[in-house]
Amino acid sequence: MKLSFSPQDEQFREEVANWLAENLCGEFERVRHRGGPGDEHHLVEERKAWERKLAEGGWTCIGWPQEHGGRGASIEQQVIFNEEYARAGGPGRIGHIGETLAGPTIIAFGSDEQKQKYLPGILRGEVFWCQGYSEPSAGSDLGNVKTKAEFDEAAGKWRINGQKVWTSLAHESEYCFVIARTDPASVGHKGLGFFLVPMDQPGVTVRPIEQITGTSEFNEVFFDDAECDATDIVGAPGDGWKVAMGLLGFERGVSTLGQQMLFQNEFDAIVKVARENGAARNPALRQRIADAHVGLKILRYNSMRMLSGGEDGSLQKEAMIYKLYWATWHRNLGKLAMDVLGQESEILDDAPYELNRLQSMYLFTRSDTIYGGTNQIQRNIIAERALGMPREPRG
Amino acid sequence: MEFAFTDEQQMIRDTAADFLAEVSTSEAVRAAMDTEQGYDAALWDRVCQEMFWQAIHIPEAHGGMGLGYVELVAMLEQMGRFLFCSPFFSTVCLGVNALRVAGTAEQQAQYLPEIVAGKTATLAYASANGGWNSDSVTATCRSEGEGYRLDGSYRYVTDGHTADLLIVAARAPDSAGDEDVSLFVLDANTAGVSRRWLPTMDQTRKQAEVILDGVVLQSGALMGEAGKAWPALQTVLDLARVAVAADQVGGAQQALDITVDYLQERVQFGRVIASYQAVKHKAADMMVKVEAGRSALYYAACVADETLNGGALGSELGEAASVAKAWCSDAYFFNAGCGIQLHGGVGFTSEYDIQLYFKRAKSTETFLGDGAWHRERLAQQILDGEAAA
Repeated sequence: MKLSFSPQDEQFREEVANWLAENLCGEFERVRHRGGPGDEHHLVEERKAWERKLAEGGWTCIGWPQEHGGRGASIEQQVIFNEEYARAGGPGRIGHIGETLAGPTIIAFGSDEQKQKYLPGILRGEVFWCQGYSEPSAGSDLGNVKTKAEFDEAAGKWRINGQKVWTSLAHESEYCFVIARTDPASVGHKGLGFFLVPMDQPGVTVRPIEQITGTSEFNEVFFDDAECDATDIVGAPGDGWKVAMGLLGFERGVSTLGQQMLFQNEFDAIVKVARENGAARNPALRQRIADAHVGLKILRYNSMRMLSGGEDGSLQKEAMIYKLYWATWHRNLGKLAMDVLGQESEILDDAPYELNRLQSMYLFTRSDTIYGGTNQIQRNIIAERALGMPREPRG
Repeated sequence: MEFAFTDEQQMIRDTAADFLAEVSTSEAVRAAMDTEQGYDAALWDRVCQEMFWQAIHIPEAHGGMGLGYVELVAMLEQMGRFLFCSPFFSTVCLGVNALRVAGTAEQQAQYLPEIVAGKTATLAYASANGGWNSDSVTATCRSEGEGYRLDGSYRYVTDGHTADLLIVAARAPDSAGDEDVSLFVLDANTAGVSRRWLPTMDQTRKQAEVILDGVVLQSGALMGEAGKAWPALQTVLDLARVAVAADQVGGAQQALDITVDYLQERVQFGRVIASYQAVKHKAADMMVKVEAGRSALYYAACVADETLNGGALGSELGEAASVAKAWCSDAYFFNAGCGIQLHGGVGFTSEYDIQLYFKRAKSTETFLGDGAWHRERLAQQILDGEAAA
C-alpha cells in the first residue's frame, strides 16, 4: 500500500497542468467552472469548441487503447488528468457520454465497421452522444423497457418506437444509444437490443423537462418510426442487456476523482461564506462543516481504493457503496450550503428565477439520490450482492 | 499509487485472523474480561513468543520485525474484530510509538529490546479534568538535583494497573497549554508510583488511575528536551488514534457480520428476516459506514507510516487521524447500536456477543477524543486559520 505517484506520473501531471494553463484561457476563460450537473445548459457552443480544443491537444479519450486513437493512459494518469482538469476549472465535459460510455461500449462490443464509423468523431470532440435507457415505466426497474425495435426487411433498417426520459444533453447530441425490445413477446432482461440511433431525423422528437431548478438539462425523447441502420445494432438482437450492463462497468471509475474536485470547489465556496457571514462561529454549523470535510476526504480515499482494484479483482465493497455514499454526502452538502447562508439563502440573483451557484447545487442535489439507481435500489444491491441477503419476493 | 494491501500484508492479516479465531473466542474474551488484569497471561506469552506481534514495528536494529504501520493496522483490525483482550494496544500503540517518536537513542536501545522480550508498557498523560488536549496534562515536574521530581495523577490510563513500563507527561508548575510539557519513561515499580484499576462498563478494555507522589527520576528518564514534548506527544496520540480507528473498523465489521448471520437464521412471518427490505436497508447502511471507515483508516495508516519514516505525507497525520477517528468512532457505535436493534430481544441479552461490541464501541469512541472532538479540531483548521488564497 503506497500513496505516492511515480516520477513519470508526476511529469505527466506537469504536462497536463501546463497544457491547461496555456489553453484554458483567452476565448475559453468564460467556460471555466461552467457546465456539469445543474449548469449543463450554459455556454453550450463555447464548451463544444472547448471539446475540439481538447481533441487537438490529444486530451480526449486518453484512457482508450492506442489502437483506437486514445493514449492508453494508465489508471494513475487518468486520475491525474481528471484532478488537474478539475483543479484548472475545466468546464463540464459535453463529450463525456461519448468518451466514457458510448465509445468504450463500441470498443468492447461493437463491430469493426461501428468502430470506424463512430470512434473518430468522439475522439475529435465533434460528435456528441446521449443515453437512452430510462422510460416512464422503466426507472429503477430498467428491465421494464417498452420501446420497440422492429426490423423493416423492405427498407433494410430498424424502426424504433417508444419514449425515453431523463435524457441528459439529448438536444445537443448527434447520437443516442438506445435499449429497445427486439422481441415483442419478451419481458425483463431478455429480448433487448442495443442501438446507435442518429438524433437528426424526422422520427426523433426532443422535449426538455423543466426541473425544480427552473432549468432543463434533462429531456424526454420520443421515437416515432425512427430509423437505425441494420449495421447499427451493437451485438445481436437479444444481447442488449449484456451490452448495457457491460457499459455500467465503465461508468464508475476515474471520472469520480474529477467529480470530487468539483465537490471540493463547492465545499470551499461554503467555507468562504461561513467565514464571511459569521456562520463559522456557530458551534452546530462548525460540526456540520467539519463533518462534510471528513465525508469528502473519505470519498477521495474510497475512490483510491476502488481504482487500486481491490485484492483479488472480484467483489469490491468500496465500489458497491460508492454511489449511495457520494449521493447522500452531496445532498447533505446542499442543505449545509443553505443553512450556512441563513436568510440570504432565499434571495435570488435575479428575476424571474436566477439561482446562484449554491442555490442551484442545493436544488440539483435532490436528484443525486435518485438518478443512476436511487438510494433505495443501492441499498438493495448492497444487501443482496455484498451481504448475501435474500431478495424480497417480487410480484 | 497502490492503495490496496500487498500480498504480504494480506498474509499478515489472514494469519492474525486465523490465530485470533482460535484463541479469542467468545468464551475466552468473557473469561479475560472478568479479571482485573484483563488478559490471559499465558496467551500473551504465546503471542509474544510464537507470533512475535509485540515486535511488529520495532526496528530490526532493536530486535523487532521492522514492519510498517499498514501491517500494524491490518493486525489491529483483526484484534478489534475478535475483541482480543491483551496489552497489545497499550504496549505497541502507546509504548513503542512513544519510544520511537520521543525516546532518546539510549532509551530506545534499552526499552525496545525489553518490549521485544515481553515487557508491557503504557502512556499516561491526561488527568481527570477531561479533554484530550495539552491542558489535560496537570501532573507536574520540578528539577531536583541532577534529576526530576514528579507529582500528580492520571486517569483513563489503558492497562495502567498492569503495565511494566510507564511513559508519563508532566508540565512545569504553573504552566499551561502546549508549553512546558515533558515526557518521562520509568519503571512502574518506581517508588512513589501507585496504581488503581478502574472498573469499566466495557470490560474488554481496562483502564486505571496512576498517581505519582514525589516520584524522583534521574535525568536519563527525560524523553527529548525538557518542556518541549507536546508536539511529539501529539504525534504519539495521533498514531494511537489511527490504531484505535483500526480496532473500531474491525469491531464495526464484526458487528455487521454477526448481525447478518443472525438475520439469515431468524424466521418471522414465514421467512428469514434478512429478506425484509426494512432490515436489509439498515444492514446496507452499516456496510457503508464500515467500508467508508476502512478507506479513512487505510489512508491514515499510510500517512502514519510516513510519519514514522520521515515521508512527505507525514505532515498530514493530525488531519488524517482526526478524519479516521471521527468517522470510525461514529461508525462503530452506529453499527453496534443497529446490531442490537436488528437482533431484537436477544440483542439485549448478555448471552449474545453484540452487547460486547456495543460497549466497546462507546469506550473506544470517547477514548482519545470522540467524533465531535475531532470535528471541532478539524473545524479549527478549516475555519479559524488564515483564509486560503
